[in-house]
Amino acid sequence: MSPREIFALRDHLGAELKGRTISDAHEVVSLTDILSHTVLGGRLRELSGRAVLLKLSDQLRSGLAMIELDGIARRMLLCPPDLNPAHLEALIADAAIDAVVTDAPDRWADTGITLVVTAQLPLEATAPVKSERATEWLMLTSGTSGVPKIVGHTLEALTGAIVAEGPARGPAPVWATFYDIRRYGGLQIFLRAVLSGGSMVLSDPHEALGDHVARLKARGVSHISGTPSHWRKLLMSGSATQFTPRYVRLSGEIADQAVLDGLKAAFPNSSVGHAYASTEAGVGFAVNDGLEGFPADYLGNRNGVEMKVVDGSLRIRSTRTAHAYVGRSAAALTDGDGFVDSGDIVELRGDRYYFVGRRGGIINIGGLKVHPEEIEAVINRHTDVRMSRAKSRKSPITGGIVVADVILTESTDPARAKEIRDQILDLCRAQLASHKVPAVIRFVEALDVTPAGKLARTDAQ
Amino acid sequence: MSVRSKVIEAIQQIAREQHVTLPALSDDLSLHETGFDSLAFAILVARLEDETGVDPFTISEDAAFPATVGDFVRAYENVPA
Repeated sequence: MSPREIFALRDHLGAELKGRTISDAHEVVSLTDILSHTVLGGRLRELSGRAVLLKLSDQLRSGLAMIELDGIARRMLLCPPDLNPAHLEALIADAAIDAVVTDAPDRWADTGITLVVTAQLPLEATAPVKSERATEWLMLTSGTSGVPKIVGHTLEALTGAIVAEGPARGPAPVWATFYDIRRYGGLQIFLRAVLSGGSMVLSDPHEALGDHVARLKARGVSHISGTPSHWRKLLMSGSATQFTPRYVRLSGEIADQAVLDGLKAAFPNSSVGHAYASTEAGVGFAVNDGLEGFPADYLGNRNGVEMKVVDGSLRIRSTRTAHAYVGRSAAALTDGDGFVDSGDIVELRGDRYYFVGRRGGIINIGGLKVHPEEIEAVINRHTDVRMSRAKSRKSPITGGIVVADVILTESTDPARAKEIRDQILDLCRAQLASHKVPAVIRFVEALDVTPAGKLARTDAQ
Repeated sequence: MSVRSKVIEAIQQIAREQHVTLPALSDDLSLHETGFDSLAFAILVARLEDETGVDPFTISEDAAFPATVGDFVRAYENVPA
């Protein structure tokens, strides 16, 4: 009996497909002959069986290091760019890290981690290696306060949805994402690019949106993903013209009808779909009918993904979920039946479920619970609105009231602001309970988006 | 615009939005008789704060909420600039 075959990232990267690349704003690296090259200075052997912290300042070297390390390291912990350095020590202890791959080796001189490998470009030639083990992938949750949780995945779980969908029809895709690939949403796209035989165009946080889109066009990006906030920013920027991806994907936040319609109008020849996924629950499903929410018959067992709604919150069980939180005081990731509680609150209307908000994001309005997302979805339906944020404001009368910040579309005449405000309030009154109707609507030029691509719900201090 | 007319205009605007039929807004009309509920007053106070920069009911911890329209208007008129 031979042991179960190990299938790592390198095993998806044969040299038979020509012209594959991974690129960022500065460099283009060929994926075609990547297996005979190293970003680790040829030191991969030293990392065999180790628990490796991947702490790099850019996505390109991170992605190349993931390709090398998968199947060799025992585990690798992906550090997103916005990781608070104060949390590193706790994370290193919880993940039992004993090696680091970095581009700033000096910083690790007196840290107790003795195996420090520098990731560097250009790549050096090396002999291809064979996969040895199923590496554990460790990712961090993107919560805003406290030490992030470490979520343990396998490559098999991470790629479950990609394998289930099968190969894309037509020419090999050129994937891009507004996400960072060290976050779950971005990693999904990186893995899609690797598994699909295609190429990958990375984002750069220091690049202006217009330059980014010009680069997406120049590199022939055909498939692209981002959060609804990423997409709203793109639509607002006016840079989307002449960009013609075949597939436009949203995930990571609620895709409301307004943003779906806005993307369909901006990309009339693209298919526009929204996917439901989280770091813990993995990829749940994709919705490609152009409508917000998802059909009620997605509940139950569908393609190996089981979903149910408990106390309004979506729970998911599948082979694509993470297998555990990692660390000394890690909580259980699933309930007793193996379901991950997503904390995403859904509501059944007719034959469809709609996302109404996060359980943890509820604001309290005079003792009543309100999901800001639900209010934003109504405001965003106004044709002159591009993006909005609802939040609570202290009131001496009721304790709290709802206020909303609204960004109007590029072409809106500012002189119409008062008329639009009245129309928005009419819309809200028609569709929301009175305590959810914003007391004050403020028109703003911009709304903050977190490094994870989500609308910032707390004001920067 | 005087403080008084700002306050009265905001009351009338919110009454239209909330479909409240206001009686004549005399100074001795009790706030209860305006037909406003606490949510409508909360909206009124928030909007006046945005417009005038003050919220007289939060500034002063011990200020009693006014009883009449006249008291309410005076709460805004008497805020030191």
